[in-house]
Amino acid sequence: MIPIGWYLILSAILFLIGVLGFFIKRNIIALLLSVEIMLNAVNLTFVAFSLQHGKISGQIFVFFVLVVAAAEAAVGLALVIAMFRNRESLNVDRSNLLKW
Amino acid sequence: MIEYVTGSEFIVLMIKIFVIFGGVMGALAYLSWLERKLMARVQMRPGPTRVGPFGLLQPIADGLKFLFKEDVIPTHSNRFLFIAAPIVSLVPALLSFSVIPFGPSLQITDLSVGLLFIFAVTSLGIYGIALGGWASNSKYPLMGAIRSSAQMISYELSLTLSVVGVLMIANTLSLAELVTAQQSTWLGIIPRWNIFLQPVAFVVYLVSAVAETNRLPFDLAESEQELVAGWHTEYSSMKFAMFMLAEYANVVTVSSLATIMFFGGWTGPMFGPALLQMALPTVWFLLKVSIFIFFYVLMRATVPRFRYDQLMRFGWKVLLPLSLANIVVTSFVVAIS
Amino acid sequence: MIQILFFFFAAIAVGAAINVLVQKHVLYSALSLILMLTAVSVLFILLQADFLAVINVIVYAGAIMVLFVFVIMLLNLPEDEDGADRLRWLKFIGIPLGLFFLVLVVTTLWNLEASPGTQPQLVGSPAAIGQSLFTDFVLPFEVTSLLILIALMGAVVFAKRDL
Repeated sequence: MIPIGWYLILSAILFLIGVLGFFIKRNIIALLLSVEIMLNAVNLTFVAFSLQHGKISGQIFVFFVLVVAAAEAAVGLALVIAMFRNRESLNVDRSNLLKW
Repeated sequence: MIEYVTGSEFIVLMIKIFVIFGGVMGALAYLSWLERKLMARVQMRPGPTRVGPFGLLQPIADGLKFLFKEDVIPTHSNRFLFIAAPIVSLVPALLSFSVIPFGPSLQITDLSVGLLFIFAVTSLGIYGIALGGWASNSKYPLMGAIRSSAQMISYELSLTLSVVGVLMIANTLSLAELVTAQQSTWLGIIPRWNIFLQPVAFVVYLVSAVAETNRLPFDLAESEQELVAGWHTEYSSMKFAMFMLAEYANVVTVSSLATIMFFGGWTGPMFGPALLQMALPTVWFLLKVSIFIFFYVLMRATVPRFRYDQLMRFGWKVLLPLSLANIVVTSFVVAIS
Repeated sequence: MIQILFFFFAAIAVGAAINVLVQKHVLYSALSLILMLTAVSVLFILLQADFLAVINVIVYAGAIMVLFVFVIMLLNLPEDEDGADRLRWLKFIGIPLGLFFLVLVVTTLWNLEASPGTQPQLVGSPAAIGQSLFTDFVLPFEVTSLLILIALMGAVVFAKRDL
């Protein structure tokens, strides 16, 4: 039997790695990948709690998170392609034309 | 969901794994022999005849050749991905055999979501092609890989949607239960196979399966006339053999799924003494799978190739609406009756 | 036995996630993310959510990540250049802060035990999920179809060469 706390700790570690990636990386696609890591960690938390309370709604919610992640990945990558066509680089630091 | 196997059950499981995977690997090697002989006969020539009687030792000779050939890795290629791509292609293709029921108790494991498991590992096999084309660092493989992966993910949609009708009738995702749901007969003679209940789904499934495995008439991504050899241009010896094995394994997997879902799997008339009756389900299953494999090879020998835009248009504008319409009609019929 | 499985796949998940950050070329990061997704799917199976595990592989690792890999391969990006910018010192502050947060979370959650008494039985079978999805959650389900349609239109519009 695995205590529920272990799954939550693992999910916290994964979420933290996602957050760190979001802060550290400069490539836009790497930022999107870090967001996917965070969403996966949240999925793991939902499923762990769904088992602990014995209700299926935790797993249902994971479905919706999956759908939102798919939609966001599609639109995000389309934006990345548009950005790349414009300025030939995927570095977020190069997209600073609005900076004062 | 997780069950622990200990003691004598473990030994039985190991024997099953060895038998099934050994048989599958042997069958894949001889599938290449079958393809060469059958295509040759269609083209009015004998095919391999020199190596052993009827060329039956040809796959063994080919295997030895692949082992001893020089293994070329292009200099500017991405070494790690170049070596990893055939493995990523072969392992999912072989993994799907772990849930296919070859007989009433000849199945390595009966997952409650067995059908989805096969679709999951098939969608992981796309990465082998994409990475193989990318890692070769050359234009023909890259174009071939992109086209092939785009084709595979497009036809995966109609493939999975076409079997939803069968799932609605059988109310289960496990492959063993899909087979046992087709065991009875109507009027005592006509077996209760799903082909009579879902003919449209069967046609859509068959066409999508041919496109999913990159076989003629949907193999523009690896055709000789357009793209040298597609994504496996730069591959030689054992890595090329692994790509070929993966392709044949995919063919056998979709043929097995077609028999399980539409033609009753291992069900068939039982006769004879008890010993024969133990082996008869497997014989029926292998017979039905061989019919589909023959169909694949004959289609390769006779049908011309689709152009790529025709291929994509066919997948998205014809097969996908057809499979969706099939789902709607089937759900109405199931809900009413 | 189940603990060995848990630790093995948890280690793979964490290792792959760290590899996403460490790699310079973004294609390797995407491939590590695929590995992490399959490890998390196995953890779903350990949590009695077998249908969700397979769906995770089909949708996430088999479709979303294929999209990522396609875009990375078609844009043909070079490796990330090493630049000064603002990130040198961000790394030196971010990682210790993150570790501190991690220690905080771990010490809080370490003593969380399994629920007292018997753990309620949960079977994440397709039947149970379908039952709940189409009766209690049917409205969000229909709204997600609208969401996907909007995302589809948005992706096509953004990626067009000339509007």
